[in-house]
Formats: sequence, C-alpha cells, structure tokens
Amino acid sequence: MIEVTNITKKFGKLQVLKGISAKCEAAQCIALIGPNGCGKTTLIKNILGMVVPDSGTITVLGTDISRGWKYRSAIGYMPQIGKYPENMKIGQVIEMLMDIRRMEQKTDEDLINAFALPQLYHKRMGTLSGGTMQKVSAAIAFLFKPQILILDEPTAGLDPVASEILKEKIITEKENGKLFIITSHILSELDELVSRVIYMHDGNILFNNTIEALKADTGETKLSRAIAHFMSKN
Amino acid sequence: MGKIIKYILLDIIKNKIVIAYTIFLLAITLSVFSLEDNSQKGMLTLLNLVLFIVPLVSIIFSTIYIYNSSEYIELLISQPIQRKSIWLSIFVGLSSALTLAFLLGVGLPLLLFEQSAVSFMMTAMGVFISIIFVVLAMLASVTTRDKAKGIGITILLWIYFSLLFDGLILFLLFQFADYPLEKPMVGVSMLNPLDLGRILILLKMDISALMGYTGAIFKDFFGTKTGMALSVTVMFLWVLLPLLYSLRKFKHKDL
Repeated sequence: MIEVTNITKKFGKLQVLKGISAKCEAAQCIALIGPNGCGKTTLIKNILGMVVPDSGTITVLGTDISRGWKYRSAIGYMPQIGKYPENMKIGQVIEMLMDIRRMEQKTDEDLINAFALPQLYHKRMGTLSGGTMQKVSAAIAFLFKPQILILDEPTAGLDPVASEILKEKIITEKENGKLFIITSHILSELDELVSRVIYMHDGNILFNNTIEALKADTGETKLSRAIAHFMSKN
Repeated sequence: MGKIIKYILLDIIKNKIVIAYTIFLLAITLSVFSLEDNSQKGMLTLLNLVLFIVPLVSIIFSTIYIYNSSEYIELLISQPIQRKSIWLSIFVGLSSALTLAFLLGVGLPLLLFEQSAVSFMMTAMGVFISIIFVVLAMLASVTTRDKAKGIGITILLWIYFSLLFDGLILFLLFQFADYPLEKPMVGVSMLNPLDLGRILILLKMDISALMGYTGAIFKDFFGTKTGMALSVTVMFLWVLLPLLYSLRKFKHKDL
C-alpha cells in the first residue's frame, strides 16, 4: 500500500533522513519506533506530503505522491501535537472537514461518540486540554474511513479509558484489513497491537521485520525487552 | 476551493479588524468631503490615504493573518486538498475582503460625492494596490517561518515602496541631472506600483502641469490608450508575478 524508496531529507545542515526504503502492506499494524529525533515524524510527514523529500520516491496505493494529492483521502492522520485554528469550536472543525469532503458520504463516527465529543462541541480549540485535543485528532483520523491510518504518538496524553477505547478501535479496524503505522515510546502498549516493527536510528532504518522475528532473534518474549536488547547490541 | 474561500472569508469577517478598517476609511472619506468645499483638495488628501494607509493595512493584516492561520493550513494540507487551491483560496479570501473594505470605505462615497474620471481612477488604483500588497504579504510570509521576521520584511517592503523608492529616484535624478532622464523615468515608475498609481491619478487631476517637463512626458505617455493599457498590464503583472512565485514556494514548503 505504501512504498518508500531512498528518501532523503535535510533541514538546513541537519540530515534527518538518510535514504529510507520500506514497504507496507494492507492489514498490517506497523510500529515505527526509535529514539527522539531519529526522523520518525519527518518520515510520516513525507508520506503525507507535508514535507517534500530532497530525493527518492513515495508511492501510496500505486500512485506517486509527488504527482497527486487525491491519495490523501485514503490516509487518516493523527498528529503528535494536534494543531487546530484556535478560535474555532470542536463542532465547527468537524463540521468544516465534513463539508470540505462531502463527496465521501460514509463517515465513521464511532470514536466521536465513544469519546463523548458532541457534549464538547461548543468548546474552542484554543481552550482544550492536551488529552481532549488528542481525542479530537483521533476522531478526525478515523472519520472518513481511510484505508491507511497513521497515528503519531496516539496514546500520549489520553486517559486510560480513552486510550483503551482507541486501542479497541485500532484492533477492530486492523481486522477490517486496514494498514496502521503507529509511532510510540510506550512499548508495552504496542505489544498487543503491532505485527511488524520498523526501528529507526539517526535517519536510517536499522530493523524492519515481523514482531515474531524480532522476538526470536533476541530470545525475548516482550517487545520492550526485545527492543532494549536490540538497542544495546547496536 | 469555494468552500475553503468561504471559511477564510467567514474567519476574516469574524476577526472584525477588516470591519474596523472599512469604518475608518469611510469616516476619513466622509470627513474629507464635508470639511473641504473644494473637492480637488479633498481628492489630494484621499490620494495620500490611498497611497499610504491602504498598502500598509493590506500588507500588515495579510501577513499576520497568514501566520496566524498556519494551524488551519496544516490541518487542510493533511486532507485531500491540493496545496495550490489552499494558497489561492487564501489569496482570494484576503484580497476580496480588503478590496471590499476599500470599495465600501472609499469607492462608494466617491461615487456619491464626485463622479469623475479622477474618482474612477482612484478607486481602480486603490483596488489594485490592496491586492498587490496582499500578494507581497503572501510572498513575505512564505519565505520565512519566523513571524517577527516576516512582519519585519513586510514593514520594510512598505517603507521601500512608499518612501525609499522616491528617495532613490530623486538621488538618481540629481546625480544624472545632465542627462535627459524624462523618458527612462516612465519605465522606472513601472517598478513601483504606488508610483504608477500616483502618476495615473495625478494625471487625471489636471495638476500635472505642476510636475514640469517630466509631467508633460508622463501625460504624453500615460494619456494615450497604449500607455493606459500598458500601465494596467503592469499592475496586473504586479499581482500575478509575486503570486505565482509565492505559489511555487508554497508548493515545496515543509510544514
């Protein structure tokens, strides 16, 4: 579904991505992990077309993303730090997105209802707490039934109830054949979700394999311990 | 694209600054006409308003607006919307709001008080100047991420176009006083939309005699149909070229 070939990106003098190549197929749940500043978010923003790579190609669902923008209707994105117009209300933001994308009739409002967002529709985005903002981001990511979901630190800031709701949702949607790319630092949480791990370090992919292979390689049974083992080896 | 323009326009109207700007323009225009018994003098006062206040408000408001809607732009970019239509929607939203403010504040009273070629020309130039300075603001804000720097650049641009440029021309004229510079001056005036606007309005006012020999040359050139067509084309270019350049930069911008 997503194919990334030899992506490089420089911000000023800082080489953030040093030739990344990877392939992601449907019905997978991929954990994108790595230390802070290793280029995870930059890679995601490249796939979303928010950052333009210096070289290399990205194809989503078979189309080169540098030549189109329609592919983005197949992606739901939940940013690490949601940025929304401060003087708009939650209800207005959701209504506006639905209005702009009206051609897509069917919407998935499970998360909106599960997070009880309609009760908060009158609140301004600028006054929201970090957790509520995350709930809005998650609800928007799932809203248009995308085939690909990219979640950047989805559970950071969510309360236990909300993060459990989100995890349930991820598991159901994964079974519906959707592709998930999740970045997180809370490895214990990823354990029950992911089927594949991409480990990035300093702009390179060090490891890209199934979770079983990682566990077998390192002889550990928990993802967090396997990764710790892997990191100490490198 | 139409929907994005709608949301941007609603946002600008909610902002109330453009409404205040409209009322301010209207108050000045009305007081100028009710204070002066000679409408020619009133027109001269209005000319300065059009040449100083209108570009200043257009460029500063647009720059701050674009920086403040960075979140909105980011939200839209992750949606299946072309970058081009986002940027052009911002252009249409800002320029139509500021143009409308100018038309209500200056254009409409001019039409009521004094229907003449000068009024028409002043309204047309005010609209052009509003749009040109929106585009310059877009160019400045796409060049730098730093808000303070971006606003600084726009203030410098305004100072350059409304003050420095004339100073430079005077300096050149004095340095090369021995040479016949009247004709090249026509070309040089095209390099500044404010100068071009001023010349076109003044020529309609029949006080070009005060501008001496240069004024006569200007009248000779801008008074003709070709001259007029050329200056309108130049005004359009002042909108189009910076707009296309900023669009190109926006398409490759990292957010």
